[in-house]
Amino acid sequence: MSDLSAREVKAAAADWFERRNFWNWTAENESEFAGWLNASLAHRAAYVRVEAAWKRAERLTVMKSSLHPQTARVPQSSRSRVWFFGAAAAVAATIVAAIGATSLWPTAEPETQTYATMVGGRETLALTDGTKIDLNTDTQLRTQITARERKVWLDKGEAYFQVKHDAAHPFIVIAGTHRITDLGTKFVIRRDAAQIEVSLVEGRAQVDAINSKTNAPSVEMMPGDVVVASANRIETLKRPVATLSQDLSWRQGLLVFKRTTLGEAANQFNRYNREKLIVDRSTAQLKIGGTFQSDNISDFAEVAREVLGVRIQRHGEQTEISHQ
Amino acid sequence: MTETPDSKRDTADPRSAAMTASDVDVWFAREVLPLEAALMQFLQHHWRNRSDVEDLVQDVYIRMYEAAQKEIPEHPRKFLFTTARNLLIDRARRAQIIPIEALPDPETLDIALDTPGPERNAIARDELRRLQEALDRLPARNREAVVLARIEGLTGREISQRMGLAEATVSHHLSNGIAALTDMLYGDAPKDGGK
Repeated sequence: MSDLSAREVKAAAADWFERRNFWNWTAENESEFAGWLNASLAHRAAYVRVEAAWKRAERLTVMKSSLHPQTARVPQSSRSRVWFFGAAAAVAATIVAAIGATSLWPTAEPETQTYATMVGGRETLALTDGTKIDLNTDTQLRTQITARERKVWLDKGEAYFQVKHDAAHPFIVIAGTHRITDLGTKFVIRRDAAQIEVSLVEGRAQVDAINSKTNAPSVEMMPGDVVVASANRIETLKRPVATLSQDLSWRQGLLVFKRTTLGEAANQFNRYNREKLIVDRSTAQLKIGGTFQSDNISDFAEVAREVLGVRIQRHGEQTEISHQ
Repeated sequence: MTETPDSKRDTADPRSAAMTASDVDVWFAREVLPLEAALMQFLQHHWRNRSDVEDLVQDVYIRMYEAAQKEIPEHPRKFLFTTARNLLIDRARRAQIIPIEALPDPETLDIALDTPGPERNAIARDELRRLQEALDRLPARNREAVVLARIEGLTGREISQRMGLAEATVSHHLSNGIAALTDMLYGDAPKDGGK
């Protein structure tokens, strides 16, 4: 039997856990903690229990995308928000693996944070090292910023990196089969199932295959370079930097089209919306230009109807564009 | 017996000896904790004084740990409820309050408890919903601190800046929030809130 009531032991365990993980912690604190932990099996069980609960709650990090930095005070409607994000969150929950607090048992694993946006979402991250990352729609990435190196995994989607240059601590992005090493840069990476596309806006960067069987050489990128890489192929295209900057209009929630086919425009809109835009074959090659809100399909459809004389039909979650 | 220089002595971080998660900790978190709600139900059903239940759970855990340090039980569920039953018998004998016969014997326990608990069937979506519900039940300030720590990944100091509260106050909210969340995720938190 323990001397203290279970309630007191539980409170003490939560207290130790909280102090140990969220505040400055010295070797002295640690030995004091070890003394408490080993004083009773009740203490040990209670601490393991708190730690296990916190680990379980890690799954909540998928909600991160719904919390804007300026509104990070806990939303009053947090319940409805989760239902809204529910579907995306449930899927993401199965793949999210973040360690948000130091474990009872010390490991060599540095801390990893996971960030995700849902379809139509957009988020800006300010990392502790001064780097800024803009996450586009339906994107997930993990960060691991330690004293020794800065590492980000782009699991899916698209992100724009404005890296704070620090020669001693290279900034590395792992995207599927390739590694992008920054040499002080602004660049955007888009990853889909088959390939990655790296566009360099400013500075210099280097792209390597991670498990190169082909011994493919590193690609050194200059501004305006677009590297398209898949498991067994890597090529570099040249584009005007102005075009690349325009491609970043998603950061303002805009889609910019210049003589873009309706088919391609629909692909773009469909990346940002649950509601889908369907273009039938007879109209897919028609071209359109203009700047549109990426979350406003009906506005776009209305313009297409006026300019191109196409027919618009709405069926529930779908908007269909076809020949008049 | 000669000591070989390469004997398997742990020369790692001195604190690791005290701190390393034993297999028992891992086993306890994985096999025993998910049964806590069922254990509390069992104890509430078989023990007259409900305010004792939390302490009884603690004592069951101590016994589980003591046993597991000798040998990890092969059937955690059966072992847990047998331990709980034996604890109640010991207590009852000492207090001379209830007839021991009122308790199920290990055989019937075994049958009654053989069905997998709901915890085992929990799927990812239910888990997220449950977590969210637990979060929603926290007092506002506790919840805010927990959200900023767990979801936003902020440190205590950053949370105190964000909430505009003194660090000691944040520490208090966060610690209480973590304790309450833990209770909700594993047993049922006492509805009367203790007092």
